Amino acid sequence: MMVTARSSAWVPHAVLITGLALVLFPVYVAFVGSSLTASDILDAPMSLVPGPHLFENFARALGAGTVKTSGEPVAAMLLNSLVMALVIAAGKILISLPSAYAVVFFRFPLRRLCFWAIFVTLMLPVEVRIIPTYKIAADLSLIDSYAGLTLPLVASATATLLFRQFFLTIPDELVEAAKIDGAGPWRFLIDTVIPLSRTNIAALFVILFIYGWNQYLWPLLVTNTPSMTTIVIGIRQMIGNGDTQTEWHIVMATTLLAVLPPVLVVLLMQRWFVKGLVEAEK
Amino acid sequence: MERRVVFSGWLFPAFLLMPQLAVTLVFFFWPAAQAILQSMRREDAFGLSTQFVAAENFAAVLGDPFYLASAEVTLLFSVAVAVLALAAGLLLAVMADRVVRGAAVYKTVLLLPYAVAPAIAGVLWLFLFNPSIGIVAVGLRRLGVDWNYLLDADQAMLLVILAAAWKQISYNFLFFLAGLQSIPASLLEASAIDGASPRRRFWTIVFPLLAPTSFFLLVVNIVYAFFDTFGIIHNVTQGGPAKATEILVYKVWYDGMVGLDLGSSAAQSVILMAIVIGLTAIQFRFIERRVHYA
Repeated sequence: MMVTARSSAWVPHAVLITGLALVLFPVYVAFVGSSLTASDILDAPMSLVPGPHLFENFARALGAGTVKTSGEPVAAMLLNSLVMALVIAAGKILISLPSAYAVVFFRFPLRRLCFWAIFVTLMLPVEVRIIPTYKIAADLSLIDSYAGLTLPLVASATATLLFRQFFLTIPDELVEAAKIDGAGPWRFLIDTVIPLSRTNIAALFVILFIYGWNQYLWPLLVTNTPSMTTIVIGIRQMIGNGDTQTEWHIVMATTLLAVLPPVLVVLLMQRWFVKGLVEAEK
Repeated sequence: MERRVVFSGWLFPAFLLMPQLAVTLVFFFWPAAQAILQSMRREDAFGLSTQFVAAENFAAVLGDPFYLASAEVTLLFSVAVAVLALAAGLLLAVMADRVVRGAAVYKTVLLLPYAVAPAIAGVLWLFLFNPSIGIVAVGLRRLGVDWNYLLDADQAMLLVILAAAWKQISYNFLFFLAGLQSIPASLLEASAIDGASPRRRFWTIVFPLLAPTSFFLLVVNIVYAFFDTFGIIHNVTQGGPAKATEILVYKVWYDGMVGLDLGSSAAQSVILMAIVIGLTAIQFRFIERRVHYA
């Protein structure tokens, strides 16, 4: 195209490469840090060339953790994070798809009230109601359990709104055809609506998985025992107050392990991720 | 918008709605109500008796110089993060929109920070800027900058702003790029034929057409800086030095969980809820407006 042809000089590439360098630099330094020894890092400034201890450090992080986290292996933290992210993502989809279906495909008393009750939750992120939510989790003895880690984060207005938006675009003819064939609302949901929603489910899953994996404040409150620590919280405990006892090489290996799963999800499902992100906000 | 053809009955939809409504009631409405109730009460030091004090907690919070200082810190932090992340996201999106070769690679790499938890973004930047081991900190000191964000309030603020903005660039980049790509090429070509330079085309055509996207992103970025950056503050500065980076969300957590002042913490929660509701309302007004642009 004419307009781009004229301006496709070196400037955009230079700016983009600078941007890329800024985005990648912190990650690269973490990578180098995870391949050095503790004393290589303490002897500042550390080298910017990777050392030979990468696998050793990853193996130690995964198998033995650090002294500050009382030797809780990072592999166990990864498992906790995985459970949390999967349950939150699957849970949000499982409860919001049916509720959107009910709100869109039926007329019943209090329908609007139900919709608004779900909708206002959009406005109350967990950060603003932490202490009362914590008290309720404690009253229901959910502290230090997977249920406590996930249930309070499972309600999702975003997912419900997205499904509602999509369900409104399903042609009336499909509903009429289903009725003529004698299919009830349950058959229509299973045979037509869910198959049609596959792309939306995939897109939403990517976003919700990342949302769940990256949770910080809630897991910090609701888990106390080392065996329930998620990896993002584990890193915080490994650093402590950042004194010289911090085993930075292990911290950096753990940081990369914590970043890897969501990054892989974004890379492997980039198409759905971009679609989901842009549409979830409409 | 409503559907014309629907199914009849209420039992089945009620059954479908039940799980979501149950979770919403238990984990949203109940705690929100508790927060409002708690914010109007005061407990004695041993938690033995509670007393109804109406708006006293709010008056105490809003009259507390530490709270007002924290509000000011939050405002400065949020505006700086939003402006920095929006400017960087827009610049990169405009450039990515112009290149053909390598566009996919640029886009993929620029998306990566989105996958990184704010808390982890904090750790990555902490590792660069830690006064004793950080590679950038050492470099700065060699250049004669007296870098120690553990003691210097402005440096601490700068560091958390950089970490928070770094993480948010992906999101802004993605939305600006989508906005740019939805601008009809014919508009730009017509303007180019009329002899407008690329700079002029940007400011007279592209920028006004991006205004709705920018406004939407501004609200999203402010909400992000207000609420999602707890992990960055907690990892990098713990609100210090001397509360210089104590944003409101951090203070709610600190006063409630560490200081155990539940009445004050609840009043702060209620104030934050009011802020979120206000920001969301602004956002929805904007979405209504966007229809006219589209």
